[in-house]
Amino acid sequence: MSLHASTAAEIGRGLRAKKYSSVEVAKHFLGRIERANPGLNAFVTVTAERALADARRADERIARGHGGPLTGVPLAHKDIFCTAGILTSCGSRMLSNFVAPYDATVVERLDAAGMVLLGKTNMDEFAMGSSNETSYYGPVKNPWDTGKVPGGSSGGSAAAVASRIAPVATGTDTGGSIRQPGALTGLTGFKPTYGRVSRYGMIAFASSLDQAGVLAQSAEDAALVLGAMAGFDARDSTSVDAPVPDYAKGLERPVKGLRIGIIREFFGEGLDAGTGAAVRAAIDAFRKEGATVTELSLPNLPLSVPTYYVVAPAECSSNLSRYDGVRFGHRCKDPKDLLDLYRRSRGEGFGAEVKRRIMTGTYVLSAGYYDAYYLKAQKVRSLINADFRRAFGQVDVLMGPTAPTPAFAIGAKTDDPILMYLNDIYTIGANLAGLPAVSVPCGLVDGLPVGLQVIGPHFSEERLLATAHAWQCATDWHRRVPAAYA
Amino acid sequence: MAREWETVIGLEIHAQLATRSKIFSGSATAYGGSPNVQANLVDLGYPGVLPVLNREAVRMAVKFGLAIGATVARRSVFARKNYFYPDLPKGYQISQYELPVVASGAVEILLDDGARKSVGVTRAHLEEDAGKSLHEGLGRMSGIDLNRAGTPLLEIVSEPDMRSAREAIAYMKKIHTLVRYLEICDGNMQEGSFRCDANVSVRPKGARDYGTRCEIKNLNSFRFVERAINHEVARQVELIEGGGKVVQETRLYDPGRDETRSMRSKEEANDYRYFPDPDLLPLSLDDAFIEDVRQGLPELPDAKAARFAKEHGLSDYDAGVLTASRELANYYEEAARASGGKWKRTANVVAGEVLGRLNRDGLDIQDARITPILLAGLVARVEDETISISSVKPVFEWMWDHGADADAAIAAKDRRQIKDTGAIEKAIAEVMAANPRQLADYRAGKDKLFGFFVGQVMKATAGKANPAQVNELLKRMLAGP
Repeated sequence: MSLHASTAAEIGRGLRAKKYSSVEVAKHFLGRIERANPGLNAFVTVTAERALADARRADERIARGHGGPLTGVPLAHKDIFCTAGILTSCGSRMLSNFVAPYDATVVERLDAAGMVLLGKTNMDEFAMGSSNETSYYGPVKNPWDTGKVPGGSSGGSAAAVASRIAPVATGTDTGGSIRQPGALTGLTGFKPTYGRVSRYGMIAFASSLDQAGVLAQSAEDAALVLGAMAGFDARDSTSVDAPVPDYAKGLERPVKGLRIGIIREFFGEGLDAGTGAAVRAAIDAFRKEGATVTELSLPNLPLSVPTYYVVAPAECSSNLSRYDGVRFGHRCKDPKDLLDLYRRSRGEGFGAEVKRRIMTGTYVLSAGYYDAYYLKAQKVRSLINADFRRAFGQVDVLMGPTAPTPAFAIGAKTDDPILMYLNDIYTIGANLAGLPAVSVPCGLVDGLPVGLQVIGPHFSEERLLATAHAWQCATDWHRRVPAAYA
Repeated sequence: MAREWETVIGLEIHAQLATRSKIFSGSATAYGGSPNVQANLVDLGYPGVLPVLNREAVRMAVKFGLAIGATVARRSVFARKNYFYPDLPKGYQISQYELPVVASGAVEILLDDGARKSVGVTRAHLEEDAGKSLHEGLGRMSGIDLNRAGTPLLEIVSEPDMRSAREAIAYMKKIHTLVRYLEICDGNMQEGSFRCDANVSVRPKGARDYGTRCEIKNLNSFRFVERAINHEVARQVELIEGGGKVVQETRLYDPGRDETRSMRSKEEANDYRYFPDPDLLPLSLDDAFIEDVRQGLPELPDAKAARFAKEHGLSDYDAGVLTASRELANYYEEAARASGGKWKRTANVVAGEVLGRLNRDGLDIQDARITPILLAGLVARVEDETISISSVKPVFEWMWDHGADADAAIAAKDRRQIKDTGAIEKAIAEVMAANPRQLADYRAGKDKLFGFFVGQVMKATAGKANPAQVNELLKRMLAGP
């Protein structure tokens, strides 16, 4: 079995069994990046020297017998996480000159676990997008079909892992930005409960929705990486002070007796037939393994998209005010006065989608419109929350599709923001309610992967990972690699 | 046809809280460091950083709330106030908007005529300060100093309850005293730790509705507040009486020209787009925390003044003067106790000599050159008649200048009282001999001249003669043999 066909967990075991060194592993993946990245555009920055230094340190640690399950295993970080001394662009011209002076908590923790940093991955600008086409660094290609998008906003991370040029990568999920690209590239995309992972050092898009997670080849990998990055952080007031279970240990929990709810609203108009069939077949397989399946209605869930497109832009319009050309980031040439400095620095630094959302957000918060938009959206948000709470009174997990269709062609939806926004119709609910959710590959439609989404109650990460793991023990969709990268 | 006008004033006071670190970051709050040395990544609003609330700032706000009998909110919310300015690093200020931590309190002020008046405090909320823009000495450039960015402020908003600049000053001084008693603000107005905005309007006396108000910004001394309000009232009255209308606007007071001028009108005002800050959870305070803060409250100025009046027999005025700061009250009380409970005499010396000298030298009570114990020694020497009242001033001044005790000062200044009957008689005889005409007049029935002779005898003895003895002996000797 070749190195890159191994999961992160398998590489970790191989390192501890001294089958190979971390330096060898790092060199293998750096070589693959060098060959494949020009075609995929998955990385904004490759940190080859840093990777080799990390790997040498990891080898020493393993030699001393101090290696953990992830020590010496390479990873890539979405370019939204601040990495000290390394360009942290957030996919934007605005931060195309921003070398972060500190490490995000996620970066710090995975570093402490001994992981080896391969580089920073491409993404939609400020994580605003569902196709990775809004990046200042150009679109990322889907390894399954380079004419197609990999999904977004964590599209670079998804493409890197799907093409096995990185064994695992971090991502962030504000409205589906881990799960949707996970589904479109055949990966396990895990978004934890809001507050489970610190947001410190993760560049904010919509603070009440943003959550860091993992794009992985398997539930086991997701469990290991999530376990290393999760936990309370005093630097993030919204991080939750609750112990982190050993997710890897909990993977073997049986599916028998699992109460599954099917969200009726997720199987209506707009769902691609092939995707729907693959998802139904997967749920059927769970039933055969001894799970019970109930169809449920979450009547307010169809309001997720409009609600999200009020709340997220409102928060982003304020979060992105700090990019003013004064202290860091892009500054226009020769500003003639303060207003000119603001107008041109922001006008030149931000792309069209970011501007659209800043304007939407500014509008919904402005005097006279606040009640009709922002306040109403918050009320709908609590109704959606209540829908989920009620559902979890009856079932353990909810299942449905992750995205309405498999990957679409690059450029197909760039002229129609609403059509683009509808890509997140099944994923946004979990963000609005702060719930953990995972997308696992459940089939191929016309040669393109599709995902099954599993949503659980707050802090049910163990249950979700065990459910995904059980599925992956019974199937091999997650082992499929696009032929060009096998 | 001059109508009578009534002034209506409300104040927004910004008190900088005396925490060691900033309200949402660990940077120091000390004043006067070189530019930007006290600004970390959070203060600079770097990408990815997050605010973490300083519990000490919350404790201080609660202290204030309890001290003015306000409602302390069990749940309050931090909101973002959005606007662009180079010294506002994040493009928004974290403040409290709909749900402040303190609401509905009141303080009592003493008016010039001795009456008391209650002034309502609508709310007090926590917020972060902005940095400073520097425009001088930088050519075409502007500089930004973010040392102050993130410094905790308590914004104290009054009801429009004040009817004159004098009342506004009394209220402002009351709050100033209170925050220093509570040790939540150093009250330093030069450094901007305590500053205020005044909302001023006028209406015909007896009218029920308020007139259109103007907000005067950034007043950083009691004197400026008084002058700015008086100027603004005059401007508004003149405007209305001239047939004009007051426009709602923000005005800036220029102390150099003693006038206010327009900064921006209501139409030009920012739409701040307040919304709850998603980076901070709502602030929840439980009863145990609030009770704990209550237990730690010091005796407050009003209670202290009432006690001084009731138990020490001081006038309301003196009690008010001596409780203007916690340190002064402590100084007085310690000295009075050391003197064995000579409350009134001690109060007179503290309010007269000590405060007079401090005022003259521009010092605070903390800088007093003589300790309360030494001061008690001076009071004791008056009580035991070692010196007379007229010697208090010179003895006090010598003590102060030399840091000496009363006996040393009395000896050095030769102020010991003369009680030797023979010596006093001799002095009287000399005065009588030197003033034959007055003596004759007195003996002819001009009793008023008695005071003249007392003065002359005291002058001859350099004020040291025992006054009772002087009276008694003078009466006898003037009457003649």
